[in-house]
Amino acid sequence: MSDAILEVRDLHTHFFLRRGVVKAVDGVSFTLKRGEVLGLVGESGCGKSLTALSVMRLLPKGGARTLKGEVLLDGEDLLERTPAEMREIRGRRLSMVLQDPQTSLNPVFTVGDQLREAIERRRQGASLSEIMKEAVAALRRVEIAAPEQRIGQYPHQMSGGMKQRVVGAIAISGEPQVLIADEPTTALDVTIQLQYLKLLKRLQAENGMAILFITHDFGVVGRMCDRVAVMYAGRIVECGPVKRIFEAPAHPYTRALIASVPKMAGSAGRLATIEGQPPSLMDLPMGCRFAARCPEVEQRCLDAYPGTVRVGDEHTADCWKVAAG
Amino acid sequence: MKRYIARRLLQGVVLLFMVATIVFFLGRLTGNPVDLMLPEDATAEDRANLTQTLGLDGPLGEQFLIFAGKALHGDLGNSIRMKQPAVDAFFDRLPNTLVLIPWALLLGMVLGIPLGVVAALNRGGLLDRAAGTIAVLGVAMPSFWLGILLIFVFSVELGWLPSSRMGGPAHYVLPVITLGTFLVAGFMRITRSAMLEVMESEFVKLARIKGLSETAVIWKHCLRNALIPVLTLWGVFVSNLITGAIVTETVFAWPGIGRLTYEAVIYRDFPLLQAVIILKSILILVINLGVDILYAYVDPRIRLA
Amino acid sequence: MAIADRPSPTAEQPRRALWRALLWPSREASPRRTARVPWVPIAIIATIVVMALFAPLLAPQSPIDQTLRDKLLPPAWMAGGSDKYLLGTDAFGRDILSRLIYGARVSLLVAVLALTAGGGVGLMIGITAGYVGGAVDNVLMRLVDAAFTFPAILFALLLAVTMGQGLGTLVIAISLLLWASFARVIRGEVLALRQRDFVALAKVRGCSTLRIMLTHILPNVLNTFMVLVTLNIGVVIIAEASLSFLGAGIPPPTPTWGLMVSEGRGRIADAWWVALIPGIAITLLVLSVNLFGDWLRDRLDPRLRQL
Repeated sequence: MSDAILEVRDLHTHFFLRRGVVKAVDGVSFTLKRGEVLGLVGESGCGKSLTALSVMRLLPKGGARTLKGEVLLDGEDLLERTPAEMREIRGRRLSMVLQDPQTSLNPVFTVGDQLREAIERRRQGASLSEIMKEAVAALRRVEIAAPEQRIGQYPHQMSGGMKQRVVGAIAISGEPQVLIADEPTTALDVTIQLQYLKLLKRLQAENGMAILFITHDFGVVGRMCDRVAVMYAGRIVECGPVKRIFEAPAHPYTRALIASVPKMAGSAGRLATIEGQPPSLMDLPMGCRFAARCPEVEQRCLDAYPGTVRVGDEHTADCWKVAAG
Repeated sequence: MKRYIARRLLQGVVLLFMVATIVFFLGRLTGNPVDLMLPEDATAEDRANLTQTLGLDGPLGEQFLIFAGKALHGDLGNSIRMKQPAVDAFFDRLPNTLVLIPWALLLGMVLGIPLGVVAALNRGGLLDRAAGTIAVLGVAMPSFWLGILLIFVFSVELGWLPSSRMGGPAHYVLPVITLGTFLVAGFMRITRSAMLEVMESEFVKLARIKGLSETAVIWKHCLRNALIPVLTLWGVFVSNLITGAIVTETVFAWPGIGRLTYEAVIYRDFPLLQAVIILKSILILVINLGVDILYAYVDPRIRLA
Repeated sequence: MAIADRPSPTAEQPRRALWRALLWPSREASPRRTARVPWVPIAIIATIVVMALFAPLLAPQSPIDQTLRDKLLPPAWMAGGSDKYLLGTDAFGRDILSRLIYGARVSLLVAVLALTAGGGVGLMIGITAGYVGGAVDNVLMRLVDAAFTFPAILFALLLAVTMGQGLGTLVIAISLLLWASFARVIRGEVLALRQRDFVALAKVRGCSTLRIMLTHILPNVLNTFMVLVTLNIGVVIIAEASLSFLGAGIPPPTPTWGLMVSEGRGRIADAWWVALIPGIAITLLVLSVNLFGDWLRDRLDPRLRQL
């Protein structure tokens, strides 16, 4: 049994539009180990969400296509599965929590109905009362008070934080090996955010599932993740254990990101920002994609993409400077 | 929920009062129906008599009080041509229309909603464009002409179906198609646009993440949500059907309230027309109330608000 | 984008907005293919407009004079047809083509007048309700709701009986059918406009309410108004034809398309052309203006697509 539960290799997902090709995911590789939390961090629009949807094989309509690469779930390439096989895998072995709890639940069905659909698939032939009992248990597991009452309620009767717990309950009801959490706390109030993160941590410890945690917030990474992959303009530019990345970030982009996280210990200094804009995904530069914004840019950065270099134990980065040193 | 229904009911009564008032004053301020009803060589005495029979003499305010008082007792005057209370004439004919409308509605939904879903699923594809053509044509053809065209093709040329009057099931086919065609187009358009919007929503993604089959995702999760805007238009559709019935029943000599309306117009039967309009308004209000309750049932956000 | 602080919770939601921004960065770019100019409908509309404008020059025969000797002649291409009457004659021996050409005048004239009157009233009410707001808005919108619930065509029939048939009756009746939908859409637009800076600025400068409505709000809803007008031409034409068909339109002998269908109805078994040909004209015209309207809406105001 290999160490990795989900392995993504050289994934390319592009949008084919009339006006050109948007290379939103352009050669992404990473490994998610059993039982770990891997953070996937980057700015809005860098391709994090699309990477997740490519893994789920739920690409948005309108010209998105995965061109090449491999997505190995426990050694099995998901890109080769038929749609019917993917349905078997989704929810059961691979699941996902979406970003916006306000819109993630179907407004016209009760919470119980929506949970039931997920549970039924795993417990075929079980009686309704058994399934409902399990649904109550699932709500209790995500720390929803009075689950017996909540089960008959509609989403609009719940708060955002509670809805997101329900979404979590639905996502993990099939006891998946891998859970993708796509910015699950972005839309929540700050106080609720922390609770939700703790909950996710606890569930992960209980189930032993691996989590791919997508966020744009480096602060959350430190709290949640074992390892972190930094994504920029469709590629992963640095990947390593959280501790190492925080202590010794190798890629200039990672350094800038970390510098922009406000320190809790009240240092009143000015927050660093990164000048400029990421490159258009329709018209990517030949060389390093960060070159235009990089404070340490050199000629070779503009000429060719650096390639992935090992910087330390389990620590890689895509940067010429690192390659040299 | 009870309060919701009570509120809608109250609104309905207010609306009805408004309509009755408007009908009353519109009828009396915009001209004198007596002139249109009498032959040109009528004597002054004839005029005075008819004016009195119609309750058109005396000050307007007084007229209105008398009219309103009678109306509350279910008396909306007598039809001139049929020499019977207008209310009776209406209720004699009402069942004939009510047997027609549900079929037209059914036709509209059974064809229109699935077509709309299929069009949305094939957005921009051949099926979508075909459905779009049907919708555009369905709206552009005036229904009186469509009815005549159907009679020409299926009764005159092919001899398959009867062209007029009530009778066995075959008699229903052409009127129902005539009445329902614009509904097919209407239901299709709305279902399509509602589906397109719903299909992009996050809860549909979550349903797929759960591993539900496409059938369940589309026909359960998407359609149930898409039906909400479709239902809001039900009231409009039914009120369109009731007016559409005027033309359709005229074309097919169908003895319903639509045909009655037409007769009231061509025979200048002012009291009958006035009564028909008020009674039809009540009918439309009742149907709209029913739709509102149904709507609340489908959308829990309203039911439990 | 500068990554400063913790991005606000709304920075990346809803996700659809993100994709849209990613995929279609410029504002006017739309996910739908840009529709082609509908040349065929435009040509049909132009033909009918020319027919209406130059009817006396184009009509081969009188639209009213009866030639009973030539009654119910089929179109020229059919057996027994005459070159004198290209589309045949009706039960009174009147030339159908000529009546069709003259009939276009009524359809278009009623459309222009009713859209001006009904659309204009709707425009004013929409602006007033949207801008003034409060109780005024409430009352006006209840009226709009009431108008939506009650089929205006019934009022139109009532008017035909009380006022007598005629152009004025028809225009008033059809205006009653139109104003509410105009008022509702325009009001929605105005509600959004009211929040805009230039309105606040005008207020600060001390412009009167009326002045703001006329000089700042009105010009900004004209696009929407034009789209609504175009989309409603078909509605008006069908309404006019239906009322004529029901004997509540322009009185005979003036030829109107709806009346022609009505007159030919009883003859469908032996002379189909009398009833069917004018109906084809109505369908073609309505189809053309609707297709043109759809195109115009997509160009000028795609937000109105759900209409």
